[in-house]
Order: sequence, then C-alpha cells, then structure tokens
Amino acid sequence: MAMMDFITTRKDELVGWVRKFSIFPYPFVTACCGMEFMAVASTLYDTDRFGAALPRFTPRQSDMLMVVGTISHKEAPVIKRVYDQMCEPKWVMAFGACATSGGFYRNYAALQGVDKIIPVDIYVPGCPPRPEMVIDAIMKLQDSISRERHPIFPFEQPNPAKI
Amino acid sequence: MVYETICENLKDQFENSWDSYGMLVLDLSADKLLPLVTRLKDELGFDLFLDVTAVDFPEREPRFDVVYHLYSSKHNKRLRLKVQVPESRPAVATLTGLYGSARYLEREAHEMYGIEFTGNNDLRPILLYEGFVGHPLRKDYPIDMEQPIVEYRK
Repeated sequence: MAMMDFITTRKDELVGWVRKFSIFPYPFVTACCGMEFMAVASTLYDTDRFGAALPRFTPRQSDMLMVVGTISHKEAPVIKRVYDQMCEPKWVMAFGACATSGGFYRNYAALQGVDKIIPVDIYVPGCPPRPEMVIDAIMKLQDSISRERHPIFPFEQPNPAKI
Repeated sequence: MVYETICENLKDQFENSWDSYGMLVLDLSADKLLPLVTRLKDELGFDLFLDVTAVDFPEREPRFDVVYHLYSSKHNKRLRLKVQVPESRPAVATLTGLYGSARYLEREAHEMYGIEFTGNNDLRPILLYEGFVGHPLRKDYPIDMEQPIVEYRK
C-alpha cells in the first residue's frame, strides 16, 4: 500500500486548526485572580494540554491577552497600549468578574469592564473563576478560532462576526 | 504612663480627650496642632507618624475631621488627634517638618478630601491621575461618576 502523500481539507479549516492549538497567552495580571491564573497555568490544571502553552511575557510575541483582575482608570492607558502592541491575529479573554464587568467595584477608580476600551472575545465570570471555567473558556475560544474564515479571493465570504 | 503625662502636662494644648478602645484621643483646634505634635515628638517619644486622613460630615459645621495617628516606639502606645476644619477653608499646618513620611500621606489626604496642608508645597496627585476633577472620598462626590483617561469604545 502506497504511503499517503496528500490529504484534502478546506483552507479555512486548516488555518483554523493550526491557529487554535498555538495560542500564546499574555497574562496581564493585576489582582487576586492572578493566583487562580497561576493554578490554571501550572501542573495540576495545565493549560498546555490545550495548546495554550507557555505564557509569553511580552505582548509582541503573544496572541491572546488575558486580562486577569481589576483594571483601574489609571491603568487603562497601559492595557490599551499592550493591546495595540500585539500583532494580528489576537484575541482577548476577560478573566474574572472585575475584568468582565467591574465586579463589585462601582466607584471613581474602577473601569467597568475591560470591554469599554478593548474588544473582548470571551468572558469568564466568577470571583475568581474556577480553573475548569478557564479551561472551558479556552476550549470555547479555540472553537471560535477554528470557525473563523480567512478570505483570500474576492468572491469568498468575509469573516463572520466574532462570538 | 504616657497617657497620664499627656493629660497632665499638655492639657492646655487640646480641648477634649477621651479613651477609644484603649487609645487616647485628643480633640484640638487647627492652630494648636503643630506645637502639640512638636512637643509629643520631642518630649514624649511619639516618633512614628502612622497616618493622616480625614472624615467628611456633610451636615456638620465644621465639615471635616482631620485625623492623625501617632505611635511611640518608646512607650508602645498609639495616639489619635482630631482637628475640625471648615469646608470654606479646610487647612491645617503640615507636619512634613517633623515627619518625612507625612509627605505622601498629606498628598493622599489632599487629593481624596481636598484638605490643604499649609507649608507643604508638593501636593501633586499621588493615587489619582492628572486631570481628575474633584475629591472622590467626599460624600458629595457621586459614587458612580467616572473620569476615564482612555476614550470608551463605541
């Protein structure tokens, strides 16, 4: 029997399949959710199993921004700059209640959800979220990445709106 | 004990004193603050400046309490000083000449409550940012009023 020299697939599926298993997260950790991030990134829960591998501590080498913790108004220019420094394609995860909606902070200092300043792809509620929720969010984000379209010809459908 | 010494030797420096859960509290007027704290530091060993903050009573006249906490490492005793200042001129003398650590704490009390510390020339914002209008810990500051730096997405 001859060796299988070729496979057939769709271009969008191939690109999506490649992209979804090479997420390099950039953890923007500001608060207590960082402890939960450490748990989920280290041995016991181990996001490496899902291709969301080693955290890259520079935004220029990463393509998933994890906003972990409360963002204050004074900090908003920093996270905006970090987001602008990341190369396309890039995705954003709002990790925890504070990054999602401001959480229980409603005052002069706290930004009411990081989606006020940067677009967010997936929200993980919880104070802090369980590691299982974060893994579920990573898998949901991978599903949506694998469904994205990559038009190169003018007759192709453009990318449908993200999540 | 040092509390009795304060109540006997310095009783012309303050108006009222009471015990709050084992800590001596002194009420005094704004002009007596600097001489009293100077004597507390030099004679009674209150060498650590713990905190200065304010309390806002919107219905009361004078409106603000400026609250100081001092600590004596020699006697292992803490002391609280309360100075009432009016809203029209919320000013007390600075203690930066006596305690260097008062510099940052006075900056914080200044931006959060609008207390003026006469003699402290470096009252820039320390926790808030440039361009923030108002004093957020005053009771009349709306609790949900935000002053974002980055423009919100549409």
